[in-house]
Amino acid sequence: MATQLIQLTGVSKNYRKGRETVRVLDGISLGIDKGDFVGLMGPSGSGKTTLLNLLGGLDKPTEGLVEVDGRVISALSPGALAKWRSSNIGFIFQFYNLLPVLTAARNVALPLLLTSLPASRRKQHVNTALQLVGLTERASHYPRELSGGQEQRVAIARAIVSDPPILLCDEPTGDLDRSTADEIMDLLQRLNRDYGKTIVMVTHDPRAASFAHRVLHLDKGELGAPPEETPGAPGGTSP
Amino acid sequence: MFGWLTQTAALAALNLRSLPRRPGAAAVAMSGIAALTGVFAGVLSMASGFEKTMEGSGQEDVALVLRSGSTAELNSRFSSEQADVIRYAPGIVRDAAGEPRVSSELFWIVNAVGKSSGTEANVALRGIQPAGYALRKGYRLAEGREFTPGRFELIAGRGARNQFAGLEPGQMIRFGKTEWLVTGVFEAGGSVFESELWCDVNVLQSAYQLGSGFQVVRAQVDGAAGRARLEEALDGDQRLAVDVWSEEQFYSEQAEDTTALIRVIGIPISVLMAIGAIFATLNAMYASIAARARELATLRALGFGSLPAALATLLESVALALLGGVLGCAIAWLALNGFQASTLASSFSQVVFNFAVTPDLLAQGVTAALVVGLVGGVFPAVRAAMAPVTVALREL
Repeated sequence: MATQLIQLTGVSKNYRKGRETVRVLDGISLGIDKGDFVGLMGPSGSGKTTLLNLLGGLDKPTEGLVEVDGRVISALSPGALAKWRSSNIGFIFQFYNLLPVLTAARNVALPLLLTSLPASRRKQHVNTALQLVGLTERASHYPRELSGGQEQRVAIARAIVSDPPILLCDEPTGDLDRSTADEIMDLLQRLNRDYGKTIVMVTHDPRAASFAHRVLHLDKGELGAPPEETPGAPGGTSP
Repeated sequence: MFGWLTQTAALAALNLRSLPRRPGAAAVAMSGIAALTGVFAGVLSMASGFEKTMEGSGQEDVALVLRSGSTAELNSRFSSEQADVIRYAPGIVRDAAGEPRVSSELFWIVNAVGKSSGTEANVALRGIQPAGYALRKGYRLAEGREFTPGRFELIAGRGARNQFAGLEPGQMIRFGKTEWLVTGVFEAGGSVFESELWCDVNVLQSAYQLGSGFQVVRAQVDGAAGRARLEEALDGDQRLAVDVWSEEQFYSEQAEDTTALIRVIGIPISVLMAIGAIFATLNAMYASIAARARELATLRALGFGSLPAALATLLESVALALLGGVLGCAIAWLALNGFQASTLASSFSQVVFNFAVTPDLLAQGVTAALVVGLVGGVFPAVRAAMAPVTVALREL
């Protein structure tokens, strides 16, 4: 029986826009099991990224609770949240967000600077992560010397280097061509299947979404029924 | 504690590594701070150089006797008889032959032409007696020979020779109706006397029809006790109305007005420049944060705290300021330390002095730069810490 890792209960999020209050998420309740791979789809402005930010402790809900592994993260202080993120969440962004002044290896090593690991162990972890994404030979390259796909692989290595249980991906294939996007999705699928990572992925791309075990649809801040047509995964493992 | 220190160090290193990506803003901030410290050290080196020259001129065991109420040699006056009374007063050291070590002197202002400016300036022509040489600490004839008593001859201090035309040994120079032969150049330990021209006091009296009187009696005394004895003796003498100064104190007081004036001008200029430098730093740091908004947000998303982000921004600002400060101080030191200039002192004659960019001034300059860096970095640091991660993450 699957264990629930993430639980959202009645989560709403409002933003102030001038004098107006905009409700981006409206009473979301959702459970995500350990080892799940969830796709989040919906039109622009539907609240997908906001939901992802709440899951990752980058933002706090206006109402409701966000629990991860039994801990109510929406009640944590900013400092405690930052510490929690460093050991529980790996972020993967659409535009990779690598630091241009650092080599691939140093980019990957960044989250390890938040741990007490000695330098030799950090190097070991970085090598393992780069090996896992197939970029060992590019370790000393700077982001500008890498292709988009390679940059995203480095970003994935950075996300997994400290072995967090949850990966949050915001349009991870949004900036890539079809075949590179497939490679990235294969990699994420492998991390889910072989390493048990729980993945929540925001995407506009139905093909990428088809790699997920299940796809949630957000519209106007509410979880709704999926549209009728969702293309099948090219080798996906949709239940 | 360890955690945020490591985070701060890591983020600060990242900030510094990214500096070359923002050369314009960094250069503006650094040059603003360099200009501030350069001007600060430069202006104050003038004051400290002048002070050093003046304060190095006096000796504790030399007493100056001036007419009562006179604060400068120029407005003092004695008759020769009064000078003789002072010469043989108690407290004055005597030489092997039993003669008091005293030089009765005249301090006269002549016009000489500045070598660099080409304009006329006041120069002190001092008439001394033979004992006058030994009463100056570090006196040494550097070139030529000493003047011959009874002749229209003079020797020029090294500073005066460097600043004014016509003072090379062997040259004739005209002051008013009298033409003088420059016979030599002397040094006096970098003191104010190096700005003067020296001649025989009796020749000076006759050259400018100054009568037989003097303006100052300079005497070697047996320390403070000797000076007190001299003062007591002169105070009790009905024929005299004089003040006895320690030479050291006299020149120290002479320096005060000019150095205060230089500081009064220099410090407000430095403060204005500091305000400008703070804005340049603010601008550079805001540019730095704006350029790296997404990077900072990414790092905070990874788990780096907002306090380390703020401290690292502050450190970047301080590092920029430190570089600017060191650069400014280096320029001031290279360009100005030892630079010779002259200014009109309270004696109404030009005093030649060397700019002194002292270690103290350099430390003050760098400290001022660091303060500018800190002040200029505070608001950007707060912005770096408070910027909403979720917004910055989406910036391209």
